[in-house]
Parts: sequence; C-alpha cells; structure tokens
Amino acid sequence: MFPKPIQQRSRAAQVAYQSLLPLALVLWLLPLIAVMVFSIRPFADFTQGNYWGVPSSFELFTNYGRVFFESDMPRYLMNSVLITVPTVLGAVALSCMTGFALGIYRFRGNLLIFFMFIAGNFVPFQILMVPVRDLTVGMGLYDTKLGLVLFHIAFQTGFCTLFMRNFIRALPYELIEAARVEGVAEWRIFWFVVLPLMRPAIAALSVLIFTFIWNDYFWALVLTQGPDAQPVTAGITSFNSQFVAQYHLMSAGSIVAAIPPVAIFFLMQRHFIAGLTLGAVK
Amino acid sequence: MSMAGTDQTWLRRNRMTVTPLLFLLPGVLFFVVYVITPIFQSFGISFYRWDGLGEATYVGLANYEELLTDRNFEVSLWNNVKWLALYLLAIPAGLFIALFLNQTVAGIRLYKSLFFFPFVLSQVVVGLVFSWFYLPREGLLNAILQALGLGTVNILGDPDLATYGIIAAGLWPQTAYCMILYLTGLNAVDPEQVEAGRLDGAKGWKMLWFVILPQLRPATFIAFVVTIIGALRSFDLISVMTNGGPFGSTRVLSFYMFEKALGEYGFRMGYGSAIAVVLFLIMLVFIGYFLWQMWRDERDARRG
Repeated sequence: MFPKPIQQRSRAAQVAYQSLLPLALVLWLLPLIAVMVFSIRPFADFTQGNYWGVPSSFELFTNYGRVFFESDMPRYLMNSVLITVPTVLGAVALSCMTGFALGIYRFRGNLLIFFMFIAGNFVPFQILMVPVRDLTVGMGLYDTKLGLVLFHIAFQTGFCTLFMRNFIRALPYELIEAARVEGVAEWRIFWFVVLPLMRPAIAALSVLIFTFIWNDYFWALVLTQGPDAQPVTAGITSFNSQFVAQYHLMSAGSIVAAIPPVAIFFLMQRHFIAGLTLGAVK
Repeated sequence: MSMAGTDQTWLRRNRMTVTPLLFLLPGVLFFVVYVITPIFQSFGISFYRWDGLGEATYVGLANYEELLTDRNFEVSLWNNVKWLALYLLAIPAGLFIALFLNQTVAGIRLYKSLFFFPFVLSQVVVGLVFSWFYLPREGLLNAILQALGLGTVNILGDPDLATYGIIAAGLWPQTAYCMILYLTGLNAVDPEQVEAGRLDGAKGWKMLWFVILPQLRPATFIAFVVTIIGALRSFDLISVMTNGGPFGSTRVLSFYMFEKALGEYGFRMGYGSAIAVVLFLIMLVFIGYFLWQMWRDERDARRG
C-alpha cells in the first residue's frame, strides 16, 4: 500500500493526520457550507449585513417551504424526473444491444463502429447544436420533454456503448460458446446468458447517466424554453430572477435542485464509482 | 419442408451476421441521426449566412474570414487555452488528495465520498455556489480575506481575474473526479512491487515516481481524457457565473458560439457554426490521440 499506512508511523503523525482530515474536508467543502448556512438564515440577516455571524433565527422550514410552495420549482423538478428516467431506460436498453453486438461478434467494421461511438461521445456539443435544434423544431418537438429525451438517448448511447462493450468483453466467452453448442438461439443467449451477467454494468450505468442527464444545462437551454418542459438546471435561472438578491431563497433553491443526484450518489455509491472508474485499473 | 423452413435455415446459416446487425440497428440509427450527421451538417452551415428561419445564402469562406478579424473570437480562443492549461492542474491535485486519503482509519470511507461529492453537483449549482462565494459584500471569500487583514477582491467583476475565478470553480469537481480515479488506481497497486521498492531503498517521491506512477498509467490516461474534454466543454459555469462578461472577457469558444447562434445578439447560425467547426477541429486533435491510444490497447489485447 502506498503511501505507507499511518498506523506504522509515530503516534504524533497519527494524531496530526486524524485532526488534519476534518480540517481539510471543511476547507474543501467551504463554498458549499457557506451556501447551506445561507439557506437557513432569515431575510433580515442579509438586510442587516449579518452574513457570517450567528443567524438571528433558523428558517430552515420557512425558506425551503417557500421554494416548494411559492415557485415553479416542483414543476421543474418533475420535468427533470420525466426527462432523466426515460433517458436512462432508453440509453441503457440501446447500449445493452450495441454492446452485445460489438462485444460478442466478430465481423468487418466492428472496431470501426465501436470507434464511431467513442469519437462521437467526445465531440463538443456546439458542433451538434444548430442541426439538432433544427431537427427537433422540424419534428415539432421543440420545447417538449420528448425532444430532449430523444437527443439525450442518442448522445448517451455513445458513452454507454463504450462501457457495455468493454464490460461484455471481460465476460467469460466460454459461456456463450457452451450455449451455442447446446443450440441456443442467439437472441436467447443475449436474453438468458449475457443480460443477467450485465446487471452490475446496468446498475452502474443507470446511476451515472441519471446524474449526467439531471445535471445537463446546455441542451435544456437549446431545446426548451419554459416551465412546461425545462428541467431544474435551466429552471433555476428563472427561479433566481423571481427571488433576485434574496440569497436565503436562492441558496435553498439550488440545494433542492442538487439533492436528487446527490441522494442517488450516496445511496448507490458503489455502483456509481464502479461505473466512473471503469478502465482506471488494468 | 415448407418455405418457412428454408427461411429459417437461411437465417440460421447467417445468424452470426444477422444478429449483430439487428442488435446494432437501433443504437446506430439514433447515433447517426443525432450525432454523426449533425457534425457534417454544421460544416455545411458554416458556409452560409442563415438566421435559422429564412433562406440561407451561400457565402463561401466569408464566415471564416470574419473570424480572423473578430476580436471576441480571439479572446475566446485565448481563454480556451487558459482553460486547457489550468484545468490540467486537476490531475496532480486529484493525485495529491488521493494519496492523502489512501489510508485505512475509522470513517475514511465517508471522507472519501464527501471529498468526491462536488463532482455529483451540476455545473449550474457549482457555478451559483462559487459566484456567491466570490460576492464582494456577502461572499465568504472576502469575509475570510478581511479577517486575515487582506483587502477585498471582486473576482467576477474584474476582467483580468474573472476567467481564473471560473476555472477555479471548475477545478473543484474536476479534481474530485481525478481523485476518485487515482483512489481506484492506488487500490490496485501491486503490493509486492511496493515492497520490492522499499527493499531497494525507494521512499517518498522516488517511490511515487518510479514505482507507483507507472502503475497508475491507466488512471492518468482517463484523467487526462476527461479533463481535456471537460476544459473544452466549459459552458455552464461561464453562462451561470458571468454570462461571458465583464466586457466579454470570460467568453470561450463554446460560449461565444452559443451567443452568436442563439443569444440575444441575433441568430447567426452560419457564423456560429464556423466557430463550432474551429472548436471541433481543436477537439479532433485530442480525439485522434485518444482513439490512437485506445486502438493500440485493443491491438495489444488481441495479441495478448
């Protein structure tokens, strides 16, 4: 193990390390802690210039209550859910299939198609912006959740295929050969042999894609414009213009917007990190 | 045997070609329609003058000629260079934190997740959090600077500082990402090699450089890929924190393109596409390099 385990060092070093840990964490999360403190302050604190002293009262429920009951925030959150969940389902379903095709079969153009997915996954969004917007407007899907979902599914398929294909490549190929010898049809091999083994990959990808899509801002700006379809990342801008300079409410609003992916991360941490670090180890 | 029977045998005979084709079809279709084709279409649009609604007029290379004398384009391009160079700091910073946290003391798992968790926040939230952190009057940064007896700064209001302030905000989640890559990599470091290194008298920096880092190469490669992509994709933070200002000093190509094509200064789709093409070509250099590396790995894996 590197660096040398702290247990093998002097008592003083251990104490220093143990006290440095929380200190470093507080420093690291300082901007976020500041926002959390803002979000429970009363408005009076800001008018009196009491930004960093002890809050004159704790307004946790008042502030967060106003976010939920006096703004469009719930609608934006709902839109985010209705955009994110179908995208996750769609992208994972498509990439299970593409990953299976590219990971199991040998045919001409296999590597070419695989590299097309990888390369496409890296391109800057701006090179897609005008044509994708045009296409979406043309299909009558501008400012709809469906328009956003279709694009997200397509784009995420690139990353998901890379992920799934590499995962399937690492599965024991003998299993598939054994099934073929038994005369099992190819689609049944996919459904009954490969798919059950892909469960960890599916879980990891779902959590990752959920976070990516929930946090998308650019495409929300390009393809939607009002509270009917806008997800919370874009909605927060109009929320902030509703509560200009009321930092206690704006802080509460952005914390609310951030909670779903944070909750998913803490609940599904193992899968999340497994997905993110695939390929970091050989 | 009936017709269905011969059909079945044809299918059965060719199943190793037909199956992957059918499985690929929906994914490839989606990807070609929404990702591959638009790239070429953008190249096409960049030769036109077009407001996105009316008739497009072919103008040849006029958009690109205009770029050459566009001062804002120059500023954006230069800011992209700054982003690229400074964003790479996330890699050593991430490695440093990973080394710091790679211990087995009580509660270390929670520490690791809390250090990682800025990465899970959306860039919009990160942007808001940091713009409030930087606020001249209400911000915590200035409160601390004052407590230390230093003067106050208005980072996002100063054309010379604003870009660096935004990059710092971007480095926060990006460092967390690199950290988690390295933590996973460190987990897989071969203990025997570390022991062998110790016996040879390697310690500290030497051990890190000659024994550990070579084993972390896959993690470093991925950290490099995601950091470069992240730097060139920077848009959300700029849009949220300064909206390109003050005086356009924080624009980057991705932001300038959006401003030209969909922003309040009118719908110049052709000119915007020309900017996007330039950004794409810059990215293509890196994409080419990444693909070449991955292709080499694939080839080695096949031989091995």
